[in-house]
Amino acid sequence: MLKYTEDHEWLRAEGDEIVVGITPHASEQLGDVVFIELPEEGREVQAGDEVVVIESVKAASDIAAPVSGVITAVNGALADAPGQVNDDALSAWFFRIKPTDAGAMDGFMDEAAYQALIG
Amino acid sequence: MTDDPRRTGLYDLHLSLGARMVPFAGWEMPVQYPMGVMAEHLHTRAKAGLFDVSHMGQVLVTPREGDMAAAALALERLIPADVLGLAPGRQRYGLFTNHAGGIGDDLMFANRGDHFLLVVNAACAAQDIAHLRTLEGVQVTPVTDRGLLALQGPLAAEVLARLVPAVAAMRFMDSQVHAWNGVELWVSRSGYTGEDGFEVSVPEARLRDFAQGLLDQPEVAPIGLGARDSLRLEAGMPLYGHDMDAGVTPGQAALGWSIPKVRRAGGARAGGFPGADAVLAELAQGPAAVRRGLRPEGRAPIREGVAIFADAEGGEAIGHVSSGGFGPSVGGPVAMARLPAGLPDGATVHAELRGKRIPVAIAPLPFITPSYKR
Repeated sequence: MLKYTEDHEWLRAEGDEIVVGITPHASEQLGDVVFIELPEEGREVQAGDEVVVIESVKAASDIAAPVSGVITAVNGALADAPGQVNDDALSAWFFRIKPTDAGAMDGFMDEAAYQALIG
Repeated sequence: MTDDPRRTGLYDLHLSLGARMVPFAGWEMPVQYPMGVMAEHLHTRAKAGLFDVSHMGQVLVTPREGDMAAAALALERLIPADVLGLAPGRQRYGLFTNHAGGIGDDLMFANRGDHFLLVVNAACAAQDIAHLRTLEGVQVTPVTDRGLLALQGPLAAEVLARLVPAVAAMRFMDSQVHAWNGVELWVSRSGYTGEDGFEVSVPEARLRDFAQGLLDQPEVAPIGLGARDSLRLEAGMPLYGHDMDAGVTPGQAALGWSIPKVRRAGGARAGGFPGADAVLAELAQGPAAVRRGLRPEGRAPIREGVAIFADAEGGEAIGHVSSGGFGPSVGGPVAMARLPAGLPDGATVHAELRGKRIPVAIAPLPFITPSYKR
């Protein structure tokens, strides 16, 4: 089941890792994505650290690490085809993170709460 | 004056087409439609895009005594171009200069037989009109009852000719009056995209009908300001307030080509416009810095304000990006910046983006090959 952050990221638990992407709402707001800079695998990050840069035809945006932990994998295919984020935001994952705190997913919004947020 | 943005005669049409509206130069304008900036851009280069440019200022300049030559010479007091030599039915690009030699605005002016039609930037229109009203012997009339549309792209002529057959015979920078369903259209074969196309002034009362008539053609899609900006950027066209302004001279903006020999030192009508001494001296000796095209390595766009350095490390900035973004037709980022003169095409400079320096090649302008019907 997906969880959501207030920064319009979706989070999916897989084993002891969390897969992170941005929501269709966010990708629509950004417009056509033309460039994505991903973090280095193995990087230790704190919750709130800017780990991804997304450039759309309109502007640059940052994606923050939703939780503290270690980046275990990044979706390198996005570097060559950033438009995947517009085509299917829920498939276009950015990175996987192994959280320091096992209960890290707990505080985030569920689907209903997120839909209420974006109205 | 009110702070509420003004709306063009197509405001309701934009909303019905699903446009996202934004404030722009005191107007509420569509920045994009559901198609999205990238697809709108590519559609315009492949077929035909319809732009609402009704926010731009249309101004008539009419000789009081009927003497067009006198009116042309009056305009030459403000515009360093060959207005006198412009034949009836033809249009040119020009600049308003200020006393420091900077650019007050850029414009199109057309000789329409017994008067001139000027099209100026929305944000500068009030100031331009005030300056024009200082001229003697001419009547200056802002056009307030017409909207302005641009139809741009390789199929623009074919599409527009279905509604107005006579436009097929027009050449690039022709300016003509044609009838459509009983109203007068002011048509020029020109634009701001690097594509063949037309700009059409339409009486407000029929603006929506005419726009709808174009949108009903299967090749035509509505295009917002977002794609208008990426199209003109790829076409190497400077945008007032970004690539040039009151502190930038024609030479620095790489617009010296709009000032012909007849207005330069030694010409028959040399000078005689605001800032002429500074502008002409700089053109004669070459500006110290000049607007150039930039192609960053990789895919990351470098946008307005990004600092440019000569070297990969250290040193002072040699300029800043004045316009930049992603060029959908180029398939990569493109930008413009004023940089020290003398850098050859292909030379590498560096843009500082998020604390890192990215190699950027100096590139010839335009970034795409224009397809004007000369």
